[in-house]
Formats: sequence, structure tokens, C-alpha cells
Amino acid sequence: MSTATMTQSILDHSVTLDVEAIRAEFPILSRLVHGKPLVYLDNAATSQKPRAVLDAMERYYEHTNANVHRGVHTLSEEATGQYEGARAKVSSFIGACCPKEVIWTRNATEAINLVAYSWGRANLQRGDRILLTEMEHHANLVPWQILAAERGVELDFVPVADNGTLILDNLGKLLGPRTKLFAFSAMSNVLGTINPVRELTTAAHRQGALVLVDAAQAAPHIPVNVQELDIDFMVFSGHKMLGPTGSGVLWGRRELLNAMPPFMGGGDMIREVHLRESKWNELPWKFEAGTPAIAEAIGLGAAVDYLSDVGMEAIERAERDLTVYAMEQLADVDGLKILGPSAQQRGGLVSFVLGDVHPHDIAAVLDSLGIAIRAGHHCAQPIHERYHIPASARASFYLYNTRAEVDALVAGLRQVVEMFTF
Amino acid sequence: MDLYAEEILDHYKHPHHFGHLEEPSLVIQDRNPLCGDEIVLELRIDDGTITDVAFTGHGCAISRAAASMMSDDIIGKSLEELRGWKKEDITDLLGIEVGPVRIKCALLPLKALKSAVWGLADAESDT
Repeated sequence: MSTATMTQSILDHSVTLDVEAIRAEFPILSRLVHGKPLVYLDNAATSQKPRAVLDAMERYYEHTNANVHRGVHTLSEEATGQYEGARAKVSSFIGACCPKEVIWTRNATEAINLVAYSWGRANLQRGDRILLTEMEHHANLVPWQILAAERGVELDFVPVADNGTLILDNLGKLLGPRTKLFAFSAMSNVLGTINPVRELTTAAHRQGALVLVDAAQAAPHIPVNVQELDIDFMVFSGHKMLGPTGSGVLWGRRELLNAMPPFMGGGDMIREVHLRESKWNELPWKFEAGTPAIAEAIGLGAAVDYLSDVGMEAIERAERDLTVYAMEQLADVDGLKILGPSAQQRGGLVSFVLGDVHPHDIAAVLDSLGIAIRAGHHCAQPIHERYHIPASARASFYLYNTRAEVDALVAGLRQVVEMFTF
Repeated sequence: MDLYAEEILDHYKHPHHFGHLEEPSLVIQDRNPLCGDEIVLELRIDDGTITDVAFTGHGCAISRAAASMMSDDIIGKSLEELRGWKKEDITDLLGIEVGPVRIKCALLPLKALKSAVWGLADAESDT
């Protein structure tokens, strides 16, 4: 069956995804781990890749491989067409006005660093403030800490309530006259909380602050439209949304991107170069120095095609169903405590602690059963400090996960309890 | 499963030397912030030999079992000998294969011990 027909058959069952048909398109899901079928529940770290993505990248290397924007030979023309075609796909996937607003980066982290180095250094003065939240991933903390130390910029934080949602009572005060940027996650990678992006954006704009949305967790799982959200910058990683590692995106409003100086200098980002000075290329290439990750961009293009064919609304709905089910089942495990809000306020991930059992021990026992989860602080140490825990265990879902896999997780956790109970 | 051999789980549930010494010669705290593992190691040292040991802290089963087994083993050993201890001395005690990710957990107690025996050497040479 071709991918198109396969996808059509998935669409026919769009009320509930045809998960078995979807699973059949992910080669890795048929492998065994320690002799047991793989139960992959670490999607918030990175997702698995469908055949369509693997094929697109293999086809590129076997048939097209050439550098982009340079040669006038056939391969280079084709490579450039596919590379820019992928940019156009991503642009419409996120509802951008036009592909020139889509900058390829290695990942969301690099995209935030790009904004911090380029926009931050050009626009922020001593005493200016950046507003973040307590639930940010290290990627949306550390670049701002570096900038703050270098430029004398102050950082403020929206606090997080015990239930894992942002406390917005004092948002008006936190967004002061010197706040130049409000950078926050659309969905927490630890709590699963989906933040009210529009509400936060309206409040920030009212105070004249720009908004950067970390959509590393949101873009793979819920429909995101940058124009409807009215935000200024958005970042995400391709590898968490069925694409390859090394593919990431900075989206920015073009007037902002146009006014920003380059992040890195080199080939492709210039219009003309002389020994002592250069002129920059136009968007988006101004921010893409050096030979880019061409196959990866093409792979991400195939990934967003796949996601669009299945339908982001359908994916969101299916993941919410699975999360509701998982939270009910997990709540029944002795000593298990779930972090974060109700299933209705979160995306498809559940972090938890289990009595005194260290998350590493939980993850290691589950691994012996073929179940992959994350254990540790998930690159978000401050939110763990907020809850006075050193680490947590996290199960995170995607469109190919099933209730049977949740059942396997829960059975595995009961085994953990049995093993580690005194 | 191999990592959680009976003996490891036994040391985890009933760690030896867990608690405090009345008059420790040396107290060392070490952490593995990435995992949240923490150990406080207390040593009684007489004439260059470990005569008693206790530890507290929290961590995974591997790090706690390693601390418990190491504590059993180092009593009666000289600081000189312990300065030569290597990662294999701990993995031999544990008797399991520890992969590249979990080895940090297994070695936290040794890391604390090492800073103790080398730190004391410095203190002695100062006097």
C-alpha cells in the first residue's frame, strides 16, 4: 500500500486514529528490547520516524545529493527545490505568512540561542527585563541567563501553582515597563501543562513586550498557528515531531527578523563579501551560514506532510484520550503521585514519582520489560526544585501509542513497587 | 533482571552502616546533581586506617547498594590502599555489569571516599 492510500485509510477512521495502521508505518516499533516488544513512551525526548520520513531522506541521498543555492547543475537545482519545498511545508504547517519567516536551525535550543544572541544583543540594555516561567526547559533558561550576565539584563519568573499551572494573578506586575520579552513554553515538558498562549501574548503585547513561544512540546502534538496566536517568535525541534535529529525551526515575524543582525557568519548568509566588509543575504538565508542540514530539512518536510495527512486535531484528540486513560490507571498504583494538572489541561505526557523509589530504578526495571520512559529532571531542574524532588519519571505519548502500552507500563510499575518495597 | 540482583536489592533495602558516627574524623558530602543522588560519608580514621564508617543521603538502588557494600569493605583498610582504588573495585563489589549511564550512580560513594582519603592526605601534609 502506498503512503497516500495508507494515510487515506487512517483518515477514514479519523474519529479515533487507526493506530494499528499508523504503527505499521514506523519500522522501529516492531523491534524487541530485551526480548520484549518495544513500548516507546519517551516521545517528549524524541519521537520515532515513519517510513515516509526515512524514505525521503534515503531518496535524497541516493538520487539528489548536492549542495543547495550554489551549483547550477541538475542535482543542485533539485536539492535546492526540495530544501526550499520543505521550508514551505513547515511554513504552512505552522500558519506562517511565508516561508522566508522560517529559519532552519539544528533544534529548538539553537533557535532560542539565535534570538538571544541576535535580537537580545541588538535590543537589550542594562536594566531591561526578560520574563520567563518556573516551568521552562533549560533551553529557555540558560541562553537568557548568559545574556543577562553579559548585558546586565534582569530575569523575572511567572510562578507555578501546586497543580502545575502558571499563577497569573501578578502577571500585570511581572510585565513591567522594562520587560522587553516574555519567553515561555506552550507546553511544559515535565508537567504537560498547556499554557494559555493567547492570553499571555495579549498581556505581554499590552506592555510592549515581544513574545517567544517554546513550542518544542506543543508543535508535535497540538495544532499551532503563529498568526492566530499573534506571537513574535516560535521555536521547535524536528526530531520530536517524526522528523530527524538536526532539524529545528525558528519562526519569527519578518520585520523583526529583517531588523536583526546575523547570528553566525559564513557562506550562504551573505549577498556580497569583500576583504573588510560584507552585506547580508535576505531572509531566511541571512541566518543560515554554511552548508545546512539538507537531508534533515527534507526529512522534516516529509514529517509535517505525514502529520498533516493524519491531522493535528485527530492526533491531539487521540493523545488526550490516552492521557485520560493513563492518568486513571496510574493513579491506581500504590504510592504513585502524578505531577501537573488534570488531563484536560495537559498534553500527552505524565510525569510522576513513586514512593521513595528513585526514577532511575523505575526506568531501569521498565527497560528490562521493553518499556522506554524518561527518568531524571528532563532538562528542567528548576521545576523539580519547585516541587522539592530531585527527579521524576515521565511517560510521554504520541500518535502510535496504545492503551495496551499504557497497561504494560502500569503492570511494570506494579512490579517496581513489589521489587523496591521494604 | 541482572542490575537488580538479590544482593543489590538487599543492600538497598537494608543498607549497612546507614546513619551517623559519634565522633567522625572526617565528613564528606558529594552529589550527583543530574540524578539527584546525594551522599554524606563519615569516616573514623585511626593511625591512617579506617576504623569505622557511616553514610546517609538518598539515591537510587545502585548508588545506595554501592555505598553499603563499600562501607563494609573499607573498614580496616589503610588510606594508602584506598587511594589506589579504582572504579573496578566498586563494580567488583557490586558484582554486576553497570552500563555507561548508571556507572555515575555506582561511583558516587567512591567519589566521596576518594575526596576523603586525598583531602586528608593534604591536611596531613599541611601540619
